[in-house]
Amino acid sequence: MRRWYCLICGFIYDEALGLPEAGIAPGTRWEDVPEDWVCPDCGAPKSDFEMVEATD
Amino acid sequence: MDPLIIVGTGLGGYSLAREWRKIDANTPLLILTRDDGHYYSKPMLSGAYTGNKPPDAIALGDAAAMASQLKAEIRTRITVEELDTAAGCVRADGVLTAYSNVVLAVGADPIHVPVAGDAAELVMSVNDLADYANFRAAIATARHVTIIGAGLIGCEFANDLLSGGIASAVVDPAAYPLSRLLPAEAGAALAHAYAGFGVDWRFGRTVARVDREGTRLRVTLDGGEVLATDAVLSAIGLRPRTALAQAAGLDVSRGILVSRQLRTSSDRVYALGDCAEVDGLVLPYVAPIMQAARALASTLAGKPTDVAYPPMPVLVKTSRYPVVVAPPRPGVSGSWCIDRLEGGMRALYRAGDDRIEGFALLGSATAERQKLSRELPALLD
Repeated sequence: MRRWYCLICGFIYDEALGLPEAGIAPGTRWEDVPEDWVCPDCGAPKSDFEMVEATD
Repeated sequence: MDPLIIVGTGLGGYSLAREWRKIDANTPLLILTRDDGHYYSKPMLSGAYTGNKPPDAIALGDAAAMASQLKAEIRTRITVEELDTAAGCVRADGVLTAYSNVVLAVGADPIHVPVAGDAAELVMSVNDLADYANFRAAIATARHVTIIGAGLIGCEFANDLLSGGIASAVVDPAAYPLSRLLPAEAGAALAHAYAGFGVDWRFGRTVARVDREGTRLRVTLDGGEVLATDAVLSAIGLRPRTALAQAAGLDVSRGILVSRQLRTSSDRVYALGDCAEVDGLVLPYVAPIMQAARALASTLAGKPTDVAYPPMPVLVKTSRYPVVVAPPRPGVSGSWCIDRLEGGMRALYRAGDDRIEGFALLGSATAERQKLSRELPALLD
């Protein structure tokens, strides 16, 4: 499982945890996060998102 | 055609440039910055130690990469000395450049409270990537850091250092952390949780002195208590940078005063981000900056657009006991209703007619953030 940082605001999407409050189950891969999802911290749409895979 | 000039390459300046380029691909863009023009995520500065992220891993692009991406000319390490609104030009390092429009995205300065002692000049603050590099170097071998200020940045650094194995003491004159954002019960719960993880809170105190003691530092509080520490980080708050605007004769209050269209008191001069005050609100957070960048990009492209602020709860990255807070709007009267939950706390600020005006969610209650956010009023419709 990988973690992704929102380059705009630093929000971390952790695939292992998912985002249950946004209806994204734990274990959901980044590729499978819906295209209409927006960053809960800064509102950047996924299409606009510059997520980078965390290396740690 | 004269360029759009953006002063500043923080999140405000670069976000505006990016949003504007989506609409206007051709108008020349000149960006002036006093730093090196690296693009980075500022909120990551107070959460990067855990991930063992050196400063160059936080930078997402250098000035050359950004210039290419944004089709912009970016002049780095340059000081904007004057904004001449009558002539419609800026003077930077002695060079005059005319603008079609100019945007001030100059940010805010960390507030410093003077301390005495022979190591007072070693007190650091982290407000940009260069500061962060200095801080990382200073704590390379540290076992203990003293943090001045138990606000959002102070708490996030305490959390980050803790996760990185460095103990911290946090000194604040208030009675509990995040005192400007949280009701007392919620602040006490956060303090209690982190005291359990090892944070040494010193509430009701300020730092009086910082002195050298061998290879370490000695911090003396105003109550006379002494802390042995290796570095001192000041995280008291931010003050919008208004000097350039003020000297240009623009209206300034706490921040640079702008309309809902982010326009200052002078035509063709705009401001956004930590330096700007929109309708009485100075909000040094990511979400309002992104809202402002989108609205202003549209306005600058010829379609005047008011900025709207939907409810924008702020996540405090105290990862072991997370906090999401949406403070009530200024001047709205009401009272906090507190519910203690298993592993968390829900605090709702209810106005007279019982509607929810703000909230603070701690620990397990942060799962309710999205549901409750939908019940909040917009900050600016």
